[in-house]
Amino acid sequence: MLPKYKSLSTIATLRKGEIGYISEESLGSIPLKLLEMGCLPGAEVELVQMAPLKDPLYICVNGSHLAIREETALKIKILKS
Amino acid sequence: MSKNDIKVALIGNPNTGKTSLFNQLTGLNQKVGNYPGVTVDKKEGFSKLSSTQNAVITDLPGTYSINPTSIDESIVLKTLLKKDIKESPDVILVVADVENLKRNLLLFSQIKDLEIPTVLAINMVDQMNRKGITIDLSLLKKQLNTEVVLISARKNEGINDVKAAIIRCHVAAKASPLCGIDHKIDPDYFTKLKEISSNYSLYELWLMVTQNNFPETVTRDEKEKLLAFKQDVSKLKKYQHKETIYRYQEINKILKKTYIIDKSKATDLRGKLDKVFTHKIFGYVFFIFLLLVIFQSIFDWASLPMDLIDGTFAEISDFAKSNLPKGVLTDLLAEGIIPGIGGVLIFIPQIAILFLFIAVLEETGYMSRVVFLMDKIMRRFGMNGKSIIPLISGTACAIPAIMATRTISSWKERLITILVTPFTTCSARLPVYAILISLIIPDKKIFGFLNLQGFVLLSLYALGFATAVLAAYILHKTLKIKSKSFFVVEMPNYKLPSIKNVFFEVVEKTKSFVLEAGKIILALSIILWFLASNGPSSFENVEKNTIQNSAYQNLSEKELQQKIASAKLENSYIGILGKTIEPSIKPLGYDWKIGIALITSFAAREVFVGTLATIYSVEAENENTATIKQKMASEINSETGGKRFNFSVGMSLLIFYAFAMQCMATLAIVKRETKTWKWPLIQLFGMGLLAYVCSFITYQILS
Repeated sequence: MLPKYKSLSTIATLRKGEIGYISEESLGSIPLKLLEMGCLPGAEVELVQMAPLKDPLYICVNGSHLAIREETALKIKILKS
Repeated sequence: MSKNDIKVALIGNPNTGKTSLFNQLTGLNQKVGNYPGVTVDKKEGFSKLSSTQNAVITDLPGTYSINPTSIDESIVLKTLLKKDIKESPDVILVVADVENLKRNLLLFSQIKDLEIPTVLAINMVDQMNRKGITIDLSLLKKQLNTEVVLISARKNEGINDVKAAIIRCHVAAKASPLCGIDHKIDPDYFTKLKEISSNYSLYELWLMVTQNNFPETVTRDEKEKLLAFKQDVSKLKKYQHKETIYRYQEINKILKKTYIIDKSKATDLRGKLDKVFTHKIFGYVFFIFLLLVIFQSIFDWASLPMDLIDGTFAEISDFAKSNLPKGVLTDLLAEGIIPGIGGVLIFIPQIAILFLFIAVLEETGYMSRVVFLMDKIMRRFGMNGKSIIPLISGTACAIPAIMATRTISSWKERLITILVTPFTTCSARLPVYAILISLIIPDKKIFGFLNLQGFVLLSLYALGFATAVLAAYILHKTLKIKSKSFFVVEMPNYKLPSIKNVFFEVVEKTKSFVLEAGKIILALSIILWFLASNGPSSFENVEKNTIQNSAYQNLSEKELQQKIASAKLENSYIGILGKTIEPSIKPLGYDWKIGIALITSFAAREVFVGTLATIYSVEAENENTATIKQKMASEINSETGGKRFNFSVGMSLLIFYAFAMQCMATLAIVKRETKTWKWPLIQLFGMGLLAYVCSFITYQILS
């Protein structure tokens, strides 16, 4: 079960070291490739590091350590605990 | 390859040690070929599975899924969908990383659904204790309904188990799907899809529809029916998403029973190192420092073997000349072929050393961090974080660099990277720069510590890189190509590089240079030799006329021979060509002799030096830079009475060589990678025009 959420936002709004949970409703907007790499609805996602200007973002999700661009991160809605 | 050999396709996510396993299974029995119709290298190796059974193993590009997003990855799909008895694999060997088994099993589940016998090799099991992982192997085998082997490819552990499993799997020929996608998503839809053909598994048909990839064996009727399923694109997309979620659900179910990870035991080396390597400031500082170290080492380490190669080939050439019977064939060998081969091999030290560094950086996992750091910057200029690897490789040779763009999924970003890579200062420009700089730049220190000549050389490197970036920006703004730019890069665990993998990588990249560039440089050397040693009808009399020239009567035999060689070149086809283009290059400050050198540079830029050596009739036996330099320094401009290679001409030439596209081999590779002559021609004329205009301005301002 997912923990209780306070707010709805996207991966791009996470702060360094902060954790969120990918929301079910963003399923349609997550690129297939990211889905295949473990960016699944319900998964815990941590923002590990960001490049200057917050782009790209280095995230850890489902055991995968991935760098994604801000434009992609904006498409993935999350729930912060 | 004999008929009974098992055809094995090796597949896995990137960074799972797939290459290590391939190297362990095949050793030195590898060869790199081409897939028909596409440019991706096909790596094949031969492996002895048992005393009676052999296998041919194809190493497919690393991928996270069968659904491709780059040219590299599309090979995996193409190979697996083939129904050709000769080429389709008998057994698929999937390599997975023990630490990230869940994600690795996604690819495995897709492959299993193709209904081809599959072996799963779980790699890096030597890390299990350290990472707190336990696996119930027998239950996992049962759940996955396949052969599962635990291995540690780098330590050469479990390799024999893999071989035995391949044989067992081949004999059993058991092939059942893992996640039947049909009844979970939309049973009606998938039943209709399945009814189209019984020759293919449901998942194969589904892939043909979603990936628009139809093997030749599909009949016209089948294809039409399949295309009908493509009508509703949003539905396809939705079902692909559902399929992936469903696969993960199944994988989670299986792993829950068979795979336990105790996170408290895990040590987080990656996290600690990434705090520095991907840091906003320190990350860049470290990267720049690393680049400086790399380039310094290339110069330090490569000069000795390069001199050795240079000297050896000069000796072989002399030996051939003095020991073989005089004639055209001997001349061809001694003056065309041998120096041609030498001209190819001379680059190997620099290229091999740079690729050694790149291979190490990739093996350790650091390269992904560079891609992360550079993506935003490169994107401003229409490229991709991944473009940084071709741009660095370009400082050795543009050919392997352009081939390294294949991992970039966006066509526009890849094309721009291909087009601008030749601006980076490759190793063939270096000898030209070196001799011109030593001629026109005084050897003194500025600011008390900086060597001025070294500083100019460094500036030329910077100029090359800056031009590449600027050209990319212009292309980015002018090229109207719609292509989806999608970027995701995995940040793998840091690990020590495997010497074996690095070695194979360096050998492969160097080989690609020698074979691709080599044949063109060699062919051009021979053509140029012919043009330089033959001429129109009056050419025959040149030698006689020179000997009879009263001004030369007091010369020694040796000096006379030099005058003859020089006069011959002037009257040869290439000399005539040089004189023909003289009016057009005069505004840049060049005469017909430099014109000849510009033309011959199309074989490889460094031929410039050798050509001038011949034109200025430097003794062939004594062809070291010092003598060529002296000759060039004393060459007089007959119109002004001043030095031919004065500051303004030298600078103009430096600029010309920095910008002009003088490499046939690169043009050929660009043609191959872009599948049209349009782009290489744009490079040739675009870069040529830029070189001409900039050299013109440089010369006119400075003189």
